[in-house]
Amino acid sequence: MKIARKIRVLAAKPGLDGHDRGVKVIARALMDAGMEVIYTGLRQTPQQIVEAAIQEDVDVIAMSVLSGAHDYLFPEVMNLLKEKEIDDILVIGGGIIPDEDVPALKDSGISEIFGPGTLTEDIVNYIKQNLKR
Amino acid sequence: MLDHRDIKLLAEEFKNWSEKTEAILAKQPERQEVFVNTSGIPVKRLYTPLDQEDMAYASDMGFPGEYPFTRGVQPTMYRGRYWTMRQYAGFASAEESNKRYRFLLEQGQTGLSVAFDLPTQIGYDSDHEMAMGEVGKVGVAIDSLKDMEILFNEIPLDRVSTSMTINAPASILLAMYLAVAEQQGVNAEKLRGTIQNDILKEYSSRGTYIFSPKPSMRIITDIFSYCAERIPQWNTISISGYHIREAGSTAVQEIAFTLANGIAYVEAALEAGLDVDTFGPRLSFFFNAHLDFFEEVAKYRAARRLWARIMKERFKAKNPKSMMIRFHTQTAGCSLTAQQASNNIVRVAFQALAAVLGGTQSLHTNSMDEALCLPSEQAVQIALRTQQLIAYESGVCDTIDPLGGSYYVEALTQEIDQRAEGYIKMIDEMGGAAAAIEKGFIQREIQESAYQYQREIESGKRVVVGVNRFEVEEEKPTNLLRVDPSVRVSQIERLKKLRSERDNDLVSKSLFELRRIAQGRENLMPSILRAVKAYATLGEICDVLREVFGEYQQVSVT
Repeated sequence: MKIARKIRVLAAKPGLDGHDRGVKVIARALMDAGMEVIYTGLRQTPQQIVEAAIQEDVDVIAMSVLSGAHDYLFPEVMNLLKEKEIDDILVIGGGIIPDEDVPALKDSGISEIFGPGTLTEDIVNYIKQNLKR
Repeated sequence: MLDHRDIKLLAEEFKNWSEKTEAILAKQPERQEVFVNTSGIPVKRLYTPLDQEDMAYASDMGFPGEYPFTRGVQPTMYRGRYWTMRQYAGFASAEESNKRYRFLLEQGQTGLSVAFDLPTQIGYDSDHEMAMGEVGKVGVAIDSLKDMEILFNEIPLDRVSTSMTINAPASILLAMYLAVAEQQGVNAEKLRGTIQNDILKEYSSRGTYIFSPKPSMRIITDIFSYCAERIPQWNTISISGYHIREAGSTAVQEIAFTLANGIAYVEAALEAGLDVDTFGPRLSFFFNAHLDFFEEVAKYRAARRLWARIMKERFKAKNPKSMMIRFHTQTAGCSLTAQQASNNIVRVAFQALAAVLGGTQSLHTNSMDEALCLPSEQAVQIALRTQQLIAYESGVCDTIDPLGGSYYVEALTQEIDQRAEGYIKMIDEMGGAAAAIEKGFIQREIQESAYQYQREIESGKRVVVGVNRFEVEEEKPTNLLRVDPSVRVSQIERLKKLRSERDNDLVSKSLFELRRIAQGRENLMPSILRAVKAYATLGEICDVLREVFGEYQQVSVT
């Protein structure tokens, strides 16, 4: 019998933003939903996030930014993944992200953006339904 | 506070009433089986004088301006002067921020509050790699004294009080402020304002630390001692519960962890040889105004009483000013919703009212659009008007501590006081706040409360109007305020120009001197001031200190 591998998620805080309440609550909710979550801690560069994702062999990268730097940091992570020809990691983002910014982020390869008021349950379901491997 | 016979009579009547009420519950049940506030304190159906039986007016409540300050820190409170209306603001460039400050002062704001961008808060110049994407985003970018000169251009520093939300590099920004004042010909003795300078809550809740705790505490006590001699009206620290609460703590934890940090600063200053009544009066505090109205009012009252007790009994302060909690309040950013954002105006109004009824010394009211973006000018104006409505129209300022004596508020004040004291005892047993942070205790407590809160929202037990009840389909808001991305480019150009025009020998000498002082034990402030005046950049100064002090590595807590 094949034992189902747990979904592995890298919860990441790119940039200098210190607001980690959201990312920690989501990390905990994903764990409660049976996923394995690795939390990077604060102040990660896009390079560090991509390296950690590869090293930890994750299925999902979930990034959170509340400082407004998502417009630079999220696409930068996607660029680095593309450089390394990685296309089977589901990447999602959250934080204070104006709706106007969402199309550009999605164009860069971020699958979904979750704003304030999102239920953790919705994030869990989204991940389960949109895994790329 | 009733005599013995009255109490007995009342207890009997209360029992009768309770039995009668219980009897109808089968037919008319209450909305919930139990009512509990965010701190986990059960809320009773009714409070009566029976709840005040073991309270004594003089020792537990007292009079405003007198120990234990439960009812307020000034003898006339808002009958004398309203609180300082102080909106936290800072945008991208120093020029733009200067414009916003002058707008706010024209609108009747009475104090400035400077928001710095994250690279400034973490000690990186705008051209540093780590600053990519962050320059000018959450506040103004300050790289050198040049930027600070622009920031306060035509704002007379002897006539405003300025609060600066700056922690790890607080000494550097304070030095820049002093240098600008000197250029304006303003005597340092006349300067009024606050630096946040509260590093402990950065480790546990806010995240803009640079150095490890020990050298950080030295920087802080150096500031205490420097300011006591030269800038007597300056608040040298703003010991902050705000961010602890935003990170998810309960009201009781907010008070407990903040005062535990306060204890750590007092101990560090005593260890550095300072006298408690020299620095004690300049300690200020910063609290959150969250949703549960009475819990918040009681929280401020309890904080005043508990800190007064700590300073008097534990640290043997003699000066009553050392025992007073003077505090700033900001309404709870984390309570704002992106859904039906105009509802936030009402949330903020209730929270602000709680802060005023709790006796705050200054107040920031959040703007309705803060769950969406940086506040627009119109939203900031409504937020400021909210304070003015409370002050000038509501009548709540005409008597002192109008909720004092409420059976509920007094009982809650007592309960929060005791529960927070219990936490402080636990933290003492762990070796104090720094040790409790190092062990991850405070972080874990906050995380647990945050998770609990979210679970309550998701189960529908906690109603968030517009989010899990009373939702509507709504148009996505457009035309949100955005930061001009060119600010990074112009900051980098200004830095280049600065580095080519300044006396670089003088800069090197001043940084060399700073390194020597940092390695020794002398007060750091004079050498930082010299470096700032030589136009050494914030990043250059922090790099020297990073080299000597090392950088803090976050404890991982899961």
